[in-house]
Amino acid sequence: MPEAYDPKDVAKDAIAPTGAGGAMDLAMSEAETLEKNPGGPLGTGPQEKARSLWTDAWHQLRRNPVFIISSLLILFLIVISLWPSLIASGDPNSCQLSKAHESATSGHPFGYDAQGCDVYTRTVYGARASIAVGICATLGVAILGSLMGGLAGFFGGWWDGLLSRLADVFFAIPVILGGLVFLSVVVSSTIWPVVGFMILLGWPQISRIARGAVITAKQNDYVQAARALGASNSRMLLRHVAPNAIAPVIVVATIALGTYIALEATLSYLGVGLRPPTVSWGIDISNASQYIRNYPHELLWPAGALSITVLAFIMLGDAVRDALDPKLR
Amino acid sequence: MLLEVRDLQVEFRTRDGVAKAVNGVTYEVDAGETLAVLGESGSGKSVTAQAIMGILDMPPGKITGGEILFQGKDLLKMKEDERRKVRGAEMAMIFQDALSSLNPVLSVGDQLGEMFIVHRGMSKKDARAKSIELMDRVRIPAAKERVSQYPHQFSGGMRQRIMIAMALALEPALIIADEPTTALDVTVQAQVMDLLAELQRELNMGLILITHDLGVVADVADKIAVMYAGRIVERAPVHDIYKAPAHPYTKGLLESIPRLDQKGQELYAIKGLPPNLMAIPPGCAFNPRCPRAQDVCRTDVPPLAQVSEDRQSACHFWKETLRDA
Repeated sequence: MPEAYDPKDVAKDAIAPTGAGGAMDLAMSEAETLEKNPGGPLGTGPQEKARSLWTDAWHQLRRNPVFIISSLLILFLIVISLWPSLIASGDPNSCQLSKAHESATSGHPFGYDAQGCDVYTRTVYGARASIAVGICATLGVAILGSLMGGLAGFFGGWWDGLLSRLADVFFAIPVILGGLVFLSVVVSSTIWPVVGFMILLGWPQISRIARGAVITAKQNDYVQAARALGASNSRMLLRHVAPNAIAPVIVVATIALGTYIALEATLSYLGVGLRPPTVSWGIDISNASQYIRNYPHELLWPAGALSITVLAFIMLGDAVRDALDPKLR
Repeated sequence: MLLEVRDLQVEFRTRDGVAKAVNGVTYEVDAGETLAVLGESGSGKSVTAQAIMGILDMPPGKITGGEILFQGKDLLKMKEDERRKVRGAEMAMIFQDALSSLNPVLSVGDQLGEMFIVHRGMSKKDARAKSIELMDRVRIPAAKERVSQYPHQFSGGMRQRIMIAMALALEPALIIADEPTTALDVTVQAQVMDLLAELQRELNMGLILITHDLGVVADVADKIAVMYAGRIVERAPVHDIYKAPAHPYTKGLLESIPRLDQKGQELYAIKGLPPNLMAIPPGCAFNPRCPRAQDVCRTDVPPLAQVSEDRQSACHFWKETLRDA
């Protein structure tokens, strides 16, 4: 090392080996290069629409046959649960005992059940209860679960302890046992007790996922950066953490929708879910199960409809997960 | 004085013990001035910056002493609400890695515009126009078209320009740049640094430049603070330090720069590792690695001695070090 430093000298020496100083003249300045191709080095010109995670996922979904099939099925199910008379002209609760157990005839393609009701009409009308329960329960679970999990994950500390233990308590209740206990004391012919019960027991599943996703998202540098630039807690949570944590919640909720529909049928089968005069696949399956040997058609149509519906939602959830998780591509 | 940090002390209380990250740091920055804070990883330079910004994770971090005077007011005595209004508007920070510091699901226009919406209560439309203006200002070509693009669609240099634009959006009085060019390749480094220096001059901002790149420092800094184990070991105007360091650690840092006139020779390196912050050696923290260490260095913490009017060194033997340089 020489005796005295000339600052200019050192500066030059320090920079030159790493090339920052000299190479500047050589390389055309980045700005200049970009001026000629404003889209950037990747060739994504301004005319191409900007792609976010969601537009990207949508691109991916549109080409996925599983998504197309399942969403068409679900669309169909939603349409017939809103307007069942489009494809079934009869009244599901007008039954003629004289026709009990009759098999298919013209105009009544699925035959009649033990009460002499038209199985086709009841199967079509049954979609309404299943879809309504599934969607309401999922919405409730997703909202309550992500709220609780989001707060627990974002604030941490004793908030986290309290909310997570609360979730554990509800997580520990067995669904069927809990249903038999809670729902057997409620007398109502609406879907709300069943929906409420599912939300009560279902939110911890989403809450755990939301908590994990929020903890991961809040450690990102951009959350710190937002804080350094003066964002408030609520702004950070809503603008920076939530959008980056919501994908896993959506995936799990979509898959869970199918299982809630199956759970509704299970509870109705056990006699604690929906009750007549509500038309439900679960009730019909329950009634038909005792005649399965002699009149299998009474069981197979509602059971088949239930299976296809559950399958459609699970397939949709799978497709959404594939689209939202770039690592699986 | 724009910013005065006085005897700041920060520690992290972890399960394994207390890590003393900052042990009495004092420095000041004036408007239009650039202070470079040098030091190895773990020397406490970033923690000091986080404490100034008020974005230190507490717990585990805890400010145990000192004061941070910003425009005469002690930031540490302010309520969180008041501090939040200072952040972004009065002082802003530029982070090392612009890719991870920008939210991937929001377009850059949304993120730039947020500054105006949060702090100035502007409408979305006005904020958009301001964002485009800012992008022009940091020389991002075709700003109008690119304002609605997402961070991953920009190159590294362009992303760092956006970070700079965000930090400068409200024309703060103080900017802290935490290794702003480390994640960039060398040609882009120089451009980004030039841009930052130019904007600083234009807006007459105080700039704290945290770096370990001595080349960058020589170009843009007015004065230097060298940190070691959470302490300032030397403070001086930039020319004085390059001419003759007054601390063996500074000397070691300068000697470990590759130089063209030493081609073929082995590059100097400071022996050993930085100390564990949970067990900082008694006396001078640098003594196990110091070629000049004597018995007194192992027992007595050297005070920050006044070398000249605007220069200090925390070495028992600063006179000898200065003479030998």
